[in-house]
Amino acid sequence: MLSIKNLHASIDGKEILKGINLEVKAGEVHAIMGPNGSGKSTLSAVLAGRSDYEVTEGEVTFNGKNLLELSPEDRAREGVFLAFQYPIEIPGVSNVNFLKTAINEIRAYKGLGPMEAKDFLAMLKEKQKLVELDVKLANRSVNEGFSGGEKKRNEIFQMAMLEPKLAILDETDSGLDIDALRVVANGVNKLKSKENATIVITHYQRLLDYIIPDVVHILYNGKIVKSGPKELALELEERGYDFIKAEAQL
Amino acid sequence: METITQKNTLKDKVISEFESSKNSLFGNTLLREQAMESFYKQGIPSRKHEEYKYLNIDLILKGDFSLALNKTLDRKQIAHLEILNDAYVITIENGVFIEELSKLQDLPKGLIICSLAKASKDHSSVFEKQYAQSADVNADAFIALNTAMAKDGVFVHVQRNTLIEKPIYIIHVSSAIQNSIINPRNLIVVESNAQVKIIESYETVDSTAKVFNNALTEIVVEESAVVDHYKIQDENNFGYLLNTTQIIQKGKSVFTTHTFTLSGSLVRNNLNIVLDDEGIESNLNGLYLTNENQVVDNHTLVDHRKPKCNSNELYKGIIDGKSTATFNGKIFVRKDAQKTNAFQSNKNILLSDDGTINTKPQLEIYADDVKCSHGTSTGKLDEEKVFYLRARGLSETSAKKLLMHAFASEVVDTIKIDALRDYVEEKISKRFE
Repeated sequence: MLSIKNLHASIDGKEILKGINLEVKAGEVHAIMGPNGSGKSTLSAVLAGRSDYEVTEGEVTFNGKNLLELSPEDRAREGVFLAFQYPIEIPGVSNVNFLKTAINEIRAYKGLGPMEAKDFLAMLKEKQKLVELDVKLANRSVNEGFSGGEKKRNEIFQMAMLEPKLAILDETDSGLDIDALRVVANGVNKLKSKENATIVITHYQRLLDYIIPDVVHILYNGKIVKSGPKELALELEERGYDFIKAEAQL
Repeated sequence: METITQKNTLKDKVISEFESSKNSLFGNTLLREQAMESFYKQGIPSRKHEEYKYLNIDLILKGDFSLALNKTLDRKQIAHLEILNDAYVITIENGVFIEELSKLQDLPKGLIICSLAKASKDHSSVFEKQYAQSADVNADAFIALNTAMAKDGVFVHVQRNTLIEKPIYIIHVSSAIQNSIINPRNLIVVESNAQVKIIESYETVDSTAKVFNNALTEIVVEESAVVDHYKIQDENNFGYLLNTTQIIQKGKSVFTTHTFTLSGSLVRNNLNIVLDDEGIESNLNGLYLTNENQVVDNHTLVDHRKPKCNSNELYKGIIDGKSTATFNGKIFVRKDAQKTNAFQSNKNILLSDDGTINTKPQLEIYADDVKCSHGTSTGKLDEEKVFYLRARGLSETSAKKLLMHAFASEVVDTIKIDALRDYVEEKISKRFE
């Protein structure tokens, strides 16, 4: 589904990603872990199409298409979803209206007409339940006045509504208490299928107790320095990032 | 005589027109003469005038302007302007009340609507008591000019304890085929404990002539009255609108005004509210969307004269192209006006590199027990928000449109008449296309 080859990216002339290689197949869950400043958020930003980052080398294909040539909206329409680490507040734009616009633009991209209002409402109801999002929150402006946990839950709610093929969760666990973490993880697990894939980017192993990855990658200094089964995350938790740093320097 | 013909400045032309027509105009001729004298003294303000420093009105008024206009409109031409089905409609063409283009059948008891010229005779006691009482000719050259030259306009009188359910909709239409100056004048008197909604719109029909529209509306809001007032300014690219609204409020009254500036080559709003008694509430909302070479200038003055009054002011603007927008918000809190709450906010989005926004809050506070605040902000559309929406599949254009709507909605949502809110929303959507 997603194939990243020798990806280099920089911001303001400073290279952050220094040759990432990653293959993600449908049905898989990949975890990317790494210390602060290793390039985790840069990777998700580059995949989502944030323009501040410049890709200097390498390629990314998504279901056969050159992802890097697509605009951020076309990536979303192709089925890439980024759950933001810091979801922003958009006063005056209602969650519902925003999602309706997004869904209809994605449908138009695929040559489909707008969704029937009653189908949309039914979907809204179902997905709200799935991520245990308060109906009141869904009807409010996007993230306005939401707590940290509510914002993250709203990201997962949007993901549920947009039904992406590839979801990238960028430190979705940061700042979440254990209950919120459970709800978010639960939502992600329920949305998992053989057709879609998930990349979980995290600093801590904790989230991976709830979302079980097929593969764990360790990102350090702009490169994936180690990949392994889910136990790698536990080892990392136990030994800390220092052993990775030490290994990387060898 | 020869020298006058040679000079032939606008000022001279105005005076000669005034001398030949003053005896046929409605109302008190002496009052008009005083106004003309004041206009002559003040002159047309240039950019050297502190209150007009962002406007080139003296340049706009160079060239030949006519002061005499005939009626040309028929009903078909203005059908599209009647946006409210259920309203008392008043049509003012080039400053003159046109009865046959108005819909004023079955006025309820306690509501009088007629031309100002007629009111000066048939309703002389109210007219004489209120007309030109709050708009001070010495305060502004355009008030003076209007007071001297006004040919007509509408008189709306809501008698005490009268609740008017349907909105009163005053359509000002410019239809001039030659460059003209018009001076529409309205007087609205809402007596104690009465309630009314009033919409004034400013439009152009089939005209490509330069029209300088010096419109003045006086509103008297008596004790415990509730008035909801709207201005929709949507003239064409040849329209120059100087729109003065002068309000005086009495005790415990509530006055809310909304100014939507959607188009027009130049729009200058002078909105002056006097809070002349205790327990008054005043709300001022404004939204301006500017583009191309448009100039929009909102001057507001909230004059707290007595204790225990509240005023809230919210103006927002979206500036594009080479347009210039100005917000100048003055709040006076006089010595007597203890326990005043006065709030003001002006927020702007600048979409282009060539647009200009001038924002100037001015608070003058002479009382010591008051709560006052003001804030202004100007910025570009937030790129982070645009990216967030695009990352969910919205095109850049629709993301920006959604954000501009969101920005405007804070003001649009204050419209209490559903059909009017829909109309304004549709107009805004078209502007964002």
